[in-house]
Amino acid sequence: MPTRRTVLLGVGGTAGALVVGYALWPNGRIAAANRIDGSDTDKFVTNWIKVSNDDTITVVIPHCEMGTGTFTSLSQMAADELDSDWDKIRAEQAPPEVVFANGAMIEGFALDGKTVPPFLTGVAANTFRFMAANVPIPGVGYVPQITGGSAAIRFTGMNAIRVAAAAAREMLVKAAAARWNVSVDECSTKSNRVIHTASGKSFGYGELTAEAANYDPSSRPRLKDKSNYTYVGKPVQRFDIPRKVNGTTNYGLDVKQPGMLYAAIKISPVFGGKLKSVDESAIKGQRGIKHVVKLDDAVVVVADRFWRARDAADALSPVFDPGANGKVTSASISARRKAALNGGDIKSDVKSGSGADALKTGKLVEATYEVPYLAHSPMEPMNATAIYKDGELEVWSGTQDGLGSRDFCAKAAKLAIEKVKFHLMPMGGGFGRRLPGQWNYLTYAVQTAMAVPNVPVKLIFTREQDTQHDFYRPNVMSRFRAALDDNGMPLAWVNDYTTDDDPNPQAHIVYDIPNQAIGASKVPTHVPTGAWRSVEASWHGFFVESFVDELAQAAGKDPLEYRRALLSKAPRHLATLNLAAEKAGWGRPLEAGRARGIAMVESFQSIVVHVVEITIDEKGAVKVDRVVSAVDCGMVVNPDGFKAQIEGAILFGLSAALKGEITFENGAVVQSNFTDYEMLRIADCPQIEIHLREDDGPVGGAGEPGVPPVAPAVANAIFAATGVRIRELPIKNHTLKV
Amino acid sequence: MSVKLRVNGVEHDLDVEDEAPLLWVIRDEIGLTGTKFGCGIAQCGACTVHVNGVAQRSCVTPVGSVQDADITTIEGLSAKGLTPVQQAWIDHQVPQCGYCQSGMLMAISALLAKNAHPTDDDLAEAITNICRCGTYPRIRAAVRELAKVKG
Repeated sequence: MPTRRTVLLGVGGTAGALVVGYALWPNGRIAAANRIDGSDTDKFVTNWIKVSNDDTITVVIPHCEMGTGTFTSLSQMAADELDSDWDKIRAEQAPPEVVFANGAMIEGFALDGKTVPPFLTGVAANTFRFMAANVPIPGVGYVPQITGGSAAIRFTGMNAIRVAAAAAREMLVKAAAARWNVSVDECSTKSNRVIHTASGKSFGYGELTAEAANYDPSSRPRLKDKSNYTYVGKPVQRFDIPRKVNGTTNYGLDVKQPGMLYAAIKISPVFGGKLKSVDESAIKGQRGIKHVVKLDDAVVVVADRFWRARDAADALSPVFDPGANGKVTSASISARRKAALNGGDIKSDVKSGSGADALKTGKLVEATYEVPYLAHSPMEPMNATAIYKDGELEVWSGTQDGLGSRDFCAKAAKLAIEKVKFHLMPMGGGFGRRLPGQWNYLTYAVQTAMAVPNVPVKLIFTREQDTQHDFYRPNVMSRFRAALDDNGMPLAWVNDYTTDDDPNPQAHIVYDIPNQAIGASKVPTHVPTGAWRSVEASWHGFFVESFVDELAQAAGKDPLEYRRALLSKAPRHLATLNLAAEKAGWGRPLEAGRARGIAMVESFQSIVVHVVEITIDEKGAVKVDRVVSAVDCGMVVNPDGFKAQIEGAILFGLSAALKGEITFENGAVVQSNFTDYEMLRIADCPQIEIHLREDDGPVGGAGEPGVPPVAPAVANAIFAATGVRIRELPIKNHTLKV
Repeated sequence: MSVKLRVNGVEHDLDVEDEAPLLWVIRDEIGLTGTKFGCGIAQCGACTVHVNGVAQRSCVTPVGSVQDADITTIEGLSAKGLTPVQQAWIDHQVPQCGYCQSGMLMAISALLAKNAHPTDDDLAEAITNICRCGTYPRIRAAVRELAKVKG
């Protein structure tokens, strides 16, 4: 799968051609949004912002809430720009309709931190909204309401929600000023009311909605200064939590429809294989079995209850043709990656100074690293409910893009999008698994519904199917060579790595090294891959931060001091590194048997440093005792929510670093459930301390950036404890002795 | 094929096989969907319910084996409003995706009923439920506070 960023950048290159009179939510679109919304009491003033006749603001959010607190944080941003009371603000998921396509996400990915010149802001916003709704990403499809890339705050919040909220406030003020026949400068806003300062007269927002919506929204409204925020920067309690402690949140798995049937599936164990035959006599006469549906690469059993469908599917022995990949193993994939690196077919991505030629100018240090395939394994297995009736399709499922899913289901059913209803359900974890390009569960559910029309069918992957039919974090190999000067400082940095994709900027380094050559060799395999929480940073972070540690070791220097010396041109990174080191007590003696490791990775515009303390027991098992983390994300909207994301990312990263691997035999995934694809439990949970830094840097993401520095920090601590350098993950495969 | 089941104090007379998993009977026959499916092999604990007050993984429990038992699900736990454990989950902002939390809350409630002052070690030993979002630090903090309050 192409990376999100590179693909979107590619699309961005054609943006100029699309700037053709596409207006920013003119009245027609407001009317369309109101029509879809259907509320008698709530009306849109600008995109994303509805005002109720009781003055309540509803923030209509073009994302899903999968537990990262997005809905609450975006509402904090809107509440501040609109001077709303907190008990008068609500969040609602945007419907999967084209009018609610999220241009700000496309803009964020395409510009990648660069800004649009002021005179182009309105045009650019229109262009990106148009692209979100109308331009498919090659190989992926439409991603108009995508939740990913740790981007809800930094893109949607910064470029869409707060702008729409500030514009709505200006329009409400204009409407009030017109009624009083005074200048807008004489008016202020507070607690969901517009106030005429001199007379003390006021209107509630709800009284002004209709008139306000008639004004053209400014694409560049005056935004509040950070110092005037009431909610942004405060640890506000999340909207979604009360319903998650009493079992009333209805996830995709919990969908109930009248007369609903249940489906279990057996998919070809080898990706790309085909169903040859299935002997149905094995389940003949079993209670509740309604249909056996044969698909191209799978067999589906439809029954009146899920456990009956599952047991029947287990009793079938479908025969699959594995195709060309039936002999692939982890070792054979790994050997191809190694051959690619040795073969020198490297696509250059970075060359500075004299590149690899500078290797001969100093002492050579070399190392090669490898990370395994990983499954996402969210707690809620993949599932979708669908009914096909009278030429129309209706689907319920948890995905990381509602409108994109609707379009995808329409294509899978060969129907016009108007004939498809999609209900985006809360989801029990995403981590990238439910992103566009990875919707095999939607495909199977739609195909099953088409084969068994007129009745809703809920298709659920068992944990085994979920583990073996994921879109995996790829296996990647990376080779480094560096030359050190007489002081042990690097003169040259040469890095070649394999990729299932194109070269990725996440391999670029922040360290100040004069001669660099970084490139990638593409090694396609039959294994489907996809974005796994922190994507490319999850592997390049491990590679780069391990190798920097090796350079410090070769130079005989302290790993923290070594990094500091290479960060003279990166003050934010240096400050974050120093904060983590100070809070962790770097250099202070540790109790016997404990060791420390440090790593720093910037991803999604947030800089994260972890200092990890470990002990190794007499059996050689690694215990992570403490993680001290420093994060620079520019601006924090909800500090408690942000910390929760970093805590979760640390544990996600630890499960992977210590235990995670998906391997292949006979072309198929070996692991099947939590017995052999293991997760940390509360007994393994370290003490975690998180320190947030804010500065004038760009607003960074929260969900993913905590993951990448985990593995290298642990590996570096293991080296400090044992002298063993971990160059392949997971750590459980290494024999360690203190 | 008739099974009598008492769930959250309500008697159900169900036409299901004795070996049907309690999890799916609770969800699909009785219609209480707060109890979740995670792994199907008693590894993750998302399906934890109380059987006579003891935490049990319902995905591998045949309904026939619990016919005379009092079964409580997350819906039954909060039947009379939030319990102190659930309130602590809000105070500490524990859930993220929330999917494992029904099972987690049932497991923790059963632990606290048995041991009002669990230490971190007690918690580590008793609670093997998996949370993929990584809410363990907050679970630990919430239980520490509950252990104190209960004193």
